[in-house]
Amino acid sequence: MIQINQLSKKYKGAEGFSVSDLDLNIDKKEIFGLLGPNGAGKTTLISMLSSLIKPTSGSFSINGLTFQENKKELKQLIGIVPQEYALYPSLTAFENLSYFGSTYNLKGNTLKEKIHELLKTLGLSNFANKKISTFSGGMKRRINLIASILHEPKVLFLDEPTVGVDVQSKNVIIEHLKQLNAAGTTMIYTSHHLNEAESFCSRVAIIDNGKIITKGKPKDLVSSYQYARNLEDVFLAITGKALRDHA
Amino acid sequence: MHKIWASAYKEFLLLTRDLGGLSVLFLMPILLVITITIIQDGTFKTLKETKIPVLWVDQDQGDISKTIYQGLVESNTLELIENTSETEAAALVNKGDFQLAIVIPENLSKDLDKKVNENVTGMLAKFGLEEDSIVPLKTILSPKEVRLYFDPATQYTFKSSIKNGIDQMIAKVETQSIYKAFQQQVTDDPSEVIFDTESFITFKEIGPEDREKAVIPNSTQHNIPAWTLFAIFFIILPLSINMVKEKNQGTFVRLRTNPISYATVLAGKTLVYLCVSLLQFGLMLLIGVYLFPNIGLPKLDVAGKVPMLFVVAFFAGLAAIGLGLLLGTIAKSQEQSAPFGATFVVILAALGGVWVPVFAMPSFMQTLSKLSPMNWGLEAFYDVFLRNIGFSELLPEISLLFLFFVATAAIAIVYNERKNAV
Repeated sequence: MIQINQLSKKYKGAEGFSVSDLDLNIDKKEIFGLLGPNGAGKTTLISMLSSLIKPTSGSFSINGLTFQENKKELKQLIGIVPQEYALYPSLTAFENLSYFGSTYNLKGNTLKEKIHELLKTLGLSNFANKKISTFSGGMKRRINLIASILHEPKVLFLDEPTVGVDVQSKNVIIEHLKQLNAAGTTMIYTSHHLNEAESFCSRVAIIDNGKIITKGKPKDLVSSYQYARNLEDVFLAITGKALRDHA
Repeated sequence: MHKIWASAYKEFLLLTRDLGGLSVLFLMPILLVITITIIQDGTFKTLKETKIPVLWVDQDQGDISKTIYQGLVESNTLELIENTSETEAAALVNKGDFQLAIVIPENLSKDLDKKVNENVTGMLAKFGLEEDSIVPLKTILSPKEVRLYFDPATQYTFKSSIKNGIDQMIAKVETQSIYKAFQQQVTDDPSEVIFDTESFITFKEIGPEDREKAVIPNSTQHNIPAWTLFAIFFIILPLSINMVKEKNQGTFVRLRTNPISYATVLAGKTLVYLCVSLLQFGLMLLIGVYLFPNIGLPKLDVAGKVPMLFVVAFFAGLAAIGLGLLLGTIAKSQEQSAPFGATFVVILAALGGVWVPVFAMPSFMQTLSKLSPMNWGLEAFYDVFLRNIGFSELLPEISLLFLFFVATAAIAIVYNERKNAV
């Protein structure tokens, strides 16, 4: 589904590469977790795959399509759940979703029904006509997710979709993502919640300094490291315990 | 098209949700137009109705001082307050109590009469018309000067108009004295009219609208177009700030990943902000037509001009929006867009001739003013409001405004595409 070949990104003025010669293949219907410390290159990789930033070198294709040749088709094929809320605070949930849905050429009753269906599934039916500015973090995260899946994307990029939300909201989000995956959506997911990633992802890659250090099924990774009880142990064993603060 | 409408509807919602911002968009231009018109109308009235108190020191007490006094009184612009001491008058002006003191020197009438009589007698003697035909000796007279004491804070235009006025009156008095002297030499009958001393050449101001009737544009006719245009261009502020906000909220990032072009997003914004600028303009016209007469200001005359005025407002609005789109695309923060936008509009207005007429600017600035879209808009508004011209004559100005919109919007789109090329 996604083929990445020697993909690199070096930001202007940066000393090193944020993503360096990265090769990766992600299969259809996979939930692929990109795990790594701060500044490892997870968001940069997702930003390149979702056409937000230009790679310095290398290439990738999604379902055999590239942004250089098939920009329109690819944008219709993918969905991005950004780390920031990316919603208009002064508009209601319904107005936000109507606008973002219309950018995918959805309109009329089809769009309306889809919005109400997803609001209901994610427990926000009663808040359709409330302004986003009045929403809690968990509610905004759920609207952020709905805005990205209205057009039923085949590939979904999730950049820390559950960061800063309460346990209930996190549970609803993850459950719905699992349903989408079961229905055929391929997912690339980044998170600092390693327990969540361990249970949610079919495969993970641990990235550090722009390179993939290891990848595989969570269970296989845990069993391949001596004394590792879970993915977090594996992560610390690979990336170390030193702080990774970035300014 | 569906995406453009959706974008426009979103913009409409964003604008209407910010009622404070929306009311500022409409109220501030109204306040601006009313304030400036009242101030400028006051200046017009100062010159037309309100009399400026001026100190009058008459050391001559003759015919000439009486004629100048009469002329100044009849001008209806000055209130002459008599004072006997030149020193005291000068001190009062220096203190700022009066803007001007006029001092008519001693023996002005007597010496002028003497000088003119001697000149006329001498001239007639040269022609051999005098009985004895001997050129009389000339008395040596010291030159006379009418002294004007101005308050240092007095504006140049006021100084200049007073000086010109007095100069004209003195010239007229001198001419009349010469005619009078000739008359006295030629005939012994003072009632016999030989010379017509009234001015042969006079001025008549003829407006473009009616060649038979003099049309004098009032402060409203000047201010509504100038300040409405200023307000229309101020739309670049909310527009660019709105765009910067979208970047900061992350909604622009989402839109970049969605199948919607930047041009479509900008088209939605253009539609809504164009409607806002046309509404602003309509409101200004209503204020000029209905409110101004009720608060003692001259009424705005829009009879037969409304469609043409809206055509100009449409293109001026487009030009302003183009600039706003470009600024909103390039600026990274509100701290960049707001001060730059506000200052830039003021510069464009200054260059465009909103404050100082273009013809009064230095030649370099006059050339620069031709580059200001506000100058094109202002000229177009004046063409309709004051020069009463047809649509075809407006074409150069509105074409420039439209091209400015196309250019700025295109630069914004290309800049965005290049910056975010994948």
